[in-house]
Amino acid sequence: MDIKTNVAREKSGAPSLAIVMDEHKASRATPAKAVAEKLDFWYGANHALKNINLTIPENQVSALIGPSGCGKSTFLRCFNRMHDLQPDTRYAGSITLRPDNVNLVDKGVDPIEVRMRIGMVFQKPNPFPKSVFENVAYGLRLRGVSNRTELAERVEKALRGAAIWDEVKDRLTDSALALSGGQMQRLCIARALATEPEILLFDEPTSALDPIATAKIEELITELRQHVTILIVTHNMQQAARVSDFTAFMYLGELVEVDATSKIFTNPAKKATEDYITGRYG
Amino acid sequence: MAAVMTLEDLRAGLAWRKNLDKLFVVLGLLVLLLCLGLLAVLFLDLVREGASRFGWDFITQFPSRKAERAGILSAWVGTTMIMFVTALVALPVGVAAAIYLEEYAPKNWLTGIIEINVTNLAGVPSIVYGLLALGLFVYTFGFGQSVLSAGLTLALLILPIVIVATREALRAVPKAIREAAYGLGATRWEVTKDHVLPYSTGGILTGLILGLSRAIGETAPIITIGALSFIAFLPPAPVSGEFPFLNFEWLRSEFTAMPIQIFNWVSRPDQAFQVNAAAASAILLAMTLAMNGLAIWIRYRFRKKINW
Repeated sequence: MDIKTNVAREKSGAPSLAIVMDEHKASRATPAKAVAEKLDFWYGANHALKNINLTIPENQVSALIGPSGCGKSTFLRCFNRMHDLQPDTRYAGSITLRPDNVNLVDKGVDPIEVRMRIGMVFQKPNPFPKSVFENVAYGLRLRGVSNRTELAERVEKALRGAAIWDEVKDRLTDSALALSGGQMQRLCIARALATEPEILLFDEPTSALDPIATAKIEELITELRQHVTILIVTHNMQQAARVSDFTAFMYLGELVEVDATSKIFTNPAKKATEDYITGRYG
Repeated sequence: MAAVMTLEDLRAGLAWRKNLDKLFVVLGLLVLLLCLGLLAVLFLDLVREGASRFGWDFITQFPSRKAERAGILSAWVGTTMIMFVTALVALPVGVAAAIYLEEYAPKNWLTGIIEINVTNLAGVPSIVYGLLALGLFVYTFGFGQSVLSAGLTLALLILPIVIVATREALRAVPKAIREAAYGLGATRWEVTKDHVLPYSTGGILTGLILGLSRAIGETAPIITIGALSFIAFLPPAPVSGEFPFLNFEWLRSEFTAMPIQIFNWVSRPDQAFQVNAAAASAILLAMTLAMNGLAIWIRYRFRKKINW
């Protein structure tokens, strides 16, 4: 049976998505950092996200999985309003950031302010062609930090946080483009950490890296969750299983199922989820 | 499965295709050598004909009625000053226009029309720019037949070149880099000034210099706005030893330029002046080649530093 019919069947019949989510919420020990409610998103006439409801628990790693084109990256990019850079995009519904209850996708909320609170690490390492130091310092400079001592301290802290300090401490003035791919990606993580974001978004952060560099990044993500809430999109289901506490499965712009990662990978509630994680499609 | 063709057929076919490959290489090389050869012959011919005039005197003397005492001092000083004004105007205006079109302008029909027009402006005959400048700069704005008018005219002429080159350079900055900066909370202007512009400086300067090397040889527009062909004085120096050290009188000064001087000498019946013209042409050509060389060097330097 194909996935479409599965989703359709499950939407009409019991158990409904809402019930699954309620059970899930009850079992959750950590408070919510962000809550998406009835989130819809359009690229022009293309309805890319449909009625997404998802709670992102604080200081946990939440993973978004699903086949290509299912909307997981689109969803991730709603959190820091990256879509606003493209013309003709539209949000409806809300993503409420706790504790101050700002709706991140509200038209009245400045996307730049949102991006200053929520950091992002991209698919391909994208350091600026500047020195290692300047890469990490850039976010701080944007925020008006110009004191040299303070900059140096914060840059070191961020580089240590991204587990790359020992490798670059003697080459802070070298070009970031001289680093290896894995180092560049950890530098990009340091760059995002430097401004102490409330949520850190990862958009398939290891898809351009070799297995060893990938392992380092995964280890880092596991460590980082003690300080920051993490939302990660990944194509790699083993990766989701390894690094995340909660996993959400998306398909065709809808959120099919979300639960504790251990539950999703051992005993998913939906047939569609099971088909995907057992590699029957996608 | 049966083979579509025998191995021998296959080899014969491959040999024929490889011959075609070689033929193209030979043809390409031939055409290239022909072009370069023509330029080299032209240049060497000028050098040979003007050889007797090369020397310190030639570049430090004013024009004269006697061919053997005539020099190009006022011409190359005029050209240098005009190029300075041209670069100073074309760079900021061209870069700002390109930034607007590339980074800020909404993608609609109006922007489309502006873009097509900018590209088309590069093909407008230069004499048309001369006529426009004569009406606008010389008469309407009252700048007169001056260095300023000439510089502005040539700036207008190379503006499309600078805009197109700058847009290419801006476009070469990867989207991922812009997203990285936006993701940290940068505004559009911060992304442009901190990242896009610094990373495309090489391409922008290359475009400017190529534009200038086109402008340096332009004759028609500056004849139109009234360059003099016989000037036995220099514009006032822009820098002086007394307060306030800078003066802008030179902008209002009458002028001549290298192509004008060459044109003037060529049109004289006396054979001795033809020698002067050849020598001056060789120097002008060398100036152009040097500027192109500089453009290549700058591009190389920046490519080495920024390697996406």
